[in-house]
Amino acid sequence: MGNKLTSRFRDIGQYGIFLAFVIICLILAFSTPKFFTVSNLMNIGTQVSINALLAFGVTFVIITGGIDLSLGSMVAVTGVLAASFAHPDTYPLIVPVFIGLAGGLAIGAFNGLVITKSKVPPFIVTLGTMTIGRGLALILSNGRPISNLSDSFNFIGGGNILGIPFPIIILVLAFLICSAILNKTILGRYMYAVGGNEPAARASGIRVNHVKMWVYTICGLLSAVGGILLTSRITTGQPNAGAGFELDAIAAAIIGGTSTSGGTGTMTGTLIGALLIGVISNSLDLLNVTSYYQQVVMGAIIIGAVVLDSMGKEKS
Amino acid sequence: MTETILQIKNLTKSFSGIKALDDVQLTIKKGEVHALMGENGAGKSTFMKILIGLLSPDSGEIVFEGNTIKNSTVNEISKRGISMIHQEILIIPELTVAQNIFLGREKEILGNKSGWLNDKNITIKAAEFLSELGVDIDPNIKMKYLSVAQMQMVEIAKAVSNDATVIIMDEPTSAISDREVSALFKIIRDLKSKGVAIIYISHKMDEIFEICDTITVLRDGKYIATKSASELDKNSLIAMMVGREINNMFPEPVLEKGEIILSVKNLNKKGKFSAISFDVSAGEILGISGLMGAGRTEIAEAIYGLSPADNGTIHINGEEIKIKSPQDAVANGIGYVSEDRKRLGFIPQLSVKQNLTLASLTEHCRGIFIDNQKENVAADQMIADLKIKASGRNQKVTHLSGGNQQKVVIGKVLAASPKIIILDEPTRGIDVGAKFEIYKLINSLAAKGIAIIMISSELPEVLGMSDRIMVLSKGIQTAILSRKEATQELIMKYAVQ
Repeated sequence: MGNKLTSRFRDIGQYGIFLAFVIICLILAFSTPKFFTVSNLMNIGTQVSINALLAFGVTFVIITGGIDLSLGSMVAVTGVLAASFAHPDTYPLIVPVFIGLAGGLAIGAFNGLVITKSKVPPFIVTLGTMTIGRGLALILSNGRPISNLSDSFNFIGGGNILGIPFPIIILVLAFLICSAILNKTILGRYMYAVGGNEPAARASGIRVNHVKMWVYTICGLLSAVGGILLTSRITTGQPNAGAGFELDAIAAAIIGGTSTSGGTGTMTGTLIGALLIGVISNSLDLLNVTSYYQQVVMGAIIIGAVVLDSMGKEKS
Repeated sequence: MTETILQIKNLTKSFSGIKALDDVQLTIKKGEVHALMGENGAGKSTFMKILIGLLSPDSGEIVFEGNTIKNSTVNEISKRGISMIHQEILIIPELTVAQNIFLGREKEILGNKSGWLNDKNITIKAAEFLSELGVDIDPNIKMKYLSVAQMQMVEIAKAVSNDATVIIMDEPTSAISDREVSALFKIIRDLKSKGVAIIYISHKMDEIFEICDTITVLRDGKYIATKSASELDKNSLIAMMVGREINNMFPEPVLEKGEIILSVKNLNKKGKFSAISFDVSAGEILGISGLMGAGRTEIAEAIYGLSPADNGTIHINGEEIKIKSPQDAVANGIGYVSEDRKRLGFIPQLSVKQNLTLASLTEHCRGIFIDNQKENVAADQMIADLKIKASGRNQKVTHLSGGNQQKVVIGKVLAASPKIIILDEPTRGIDVGAKFEIYKLINSLAAKGIAIIMISSELPEVLGMSDRIMVLSKGIQTAILSRKEATQELIMKYAVQ
């Protein structure tokens, strides 16, 4: 079992990042007593949850050799959509949630459709959707934040179950489902195949376009979950929310060992990548480092992780 | 002519404990064309990588023009005068011929220290070197507009401009036409008369005997022998390479044929092929022969739906079917092993198992989930059936030899239980021993009643394996010959018609 576990870690090429994560946590635990408290860990989990959800989505996309820059805008659109239907004493909770998710699904499917039908690179298509999405969010909200949301809606981002913040529960569920999709389903295997060698995947009889439609749609759906969570947590539908979220999500995937050239990557890696980003920004807060420096540190970590990864690959 | 220019002694190199080269030696004399022969995996490329400074040896000595070379970089070695023309030519397509020739050496060659470029000077210099080689290429043209053969000439001009005294050519004729080969050989003879030594790596026996003076054979990383080309013939050379005589490359043909399975009528594709009609029966091997550009692969891709035909009909078991995509073909029991193994054959990031089951994954699942147990059993079965040499089902395909990679690709197609298999150049880039195994495999498939279409550029292969041979010329089928009547001469006659 132990042997199997280590070989699995080596296999997914994130041994280094996992180790780095543990070491950083240990250092923090010793340097600031506040770090290893239950409340701080719950806090980190809650903060990480949205970025992790988006990162799971974009991991699927990057594994197929694509990219999705519209995540942040999808967060805003779906958040505004959900908020519009979440005022107290209007609709039951299921309505705003369902509408938010449907919005993410639709934009994701739109990305997938344009990418597979037009052959325009995903970078450009989703760059366009990013701008369109931001515009839609402003149109839907008239450019103003949508507040006065129901208590039940606000529970999604702010509530607890048995002391565990609800966003953490969603995060864990999403992780389990995404891991299962990637590792245990045919769709997951086909994602690796498409990203690893698209012509060969096509020649093997795989419906490459179907696979791509799926990944962008799933990515849209996860962005919607993120958008609903965020809206609920800040108890407002913000048309300007989520700007730059796509870059944090992509960073988490890359730190976690997903190759931007496609064909490799794991959900465990992405989760660790997102946690690492969360832990570092949390600890820099605890250590009273200003947010300006935090950005420099974060950038250095992204580059460092990829450099380590490529050095590891050369050795083997 | 007898002066030694390069001597390599006791060279050893291991990769993670496995000896890729074991006490290898090589002596190159001025003005000779020296063939380096061996099966894939014999250590030729590791050897050459060490020679040009891409890898450093564990032990051994390289003496070049009387000086020992140690720990030199690629740049230092090319400055000393050893250049390599790589199989996959390394060029910058958007730069001109002249800019490519002097790339990285602009300052030295032109005596220009300022850092400003003078394209005019570069062009004049490049023209000199090209005309010295007797090559008619405009130095001002962008590299991307040249043919592969012309690019090769430019690479040679680059080596010559570098005052190379030893030029290594790795499979220089793998992608060029016969006429271009003779132009290349003229240049090689020219260089030879100027005292330049050529290390020539190729699998093509005929070329080796035409152009080379001396032959050194490696096998399994070990030095076998160096002999004058005149002392050897094809069979004795093959015997040295594989360590055994291969008397009969081709297994006995399967005699029992079943009913017609695939029937193609009047298939057309504009600019590619026209009026293609043929039948293939169960257990039959139909060879397709023709020169490059005759439309062989295009026909295969049309039947498999990668690039469907404009019109014409395809019948399977008497029933007309429409094939618009590979999914349609697979659903109708057609499998395709592409000539381009790297591009269309396998997924490099996936394991042997994952590649083997890729085309038949829906059979190893419960609902949308993959059934691990079932998949493992299927993969292990295929590995055993095809005698794939891998450390296990979880090994990455990229770590296998060419022959075993090909078996994985064939295994992937077989796993989908096809009734018809199209094999496009099934033994390309595979060494002699593995070829024999692939042939046996093909025959065993025929014996199971699978209809096989085998496209091949190697005439002995087509003749040895096929029950009937369709010959193509410029997109038109010029003959279908029976095994009895077919000869190399007859096929060539129809191929150039």
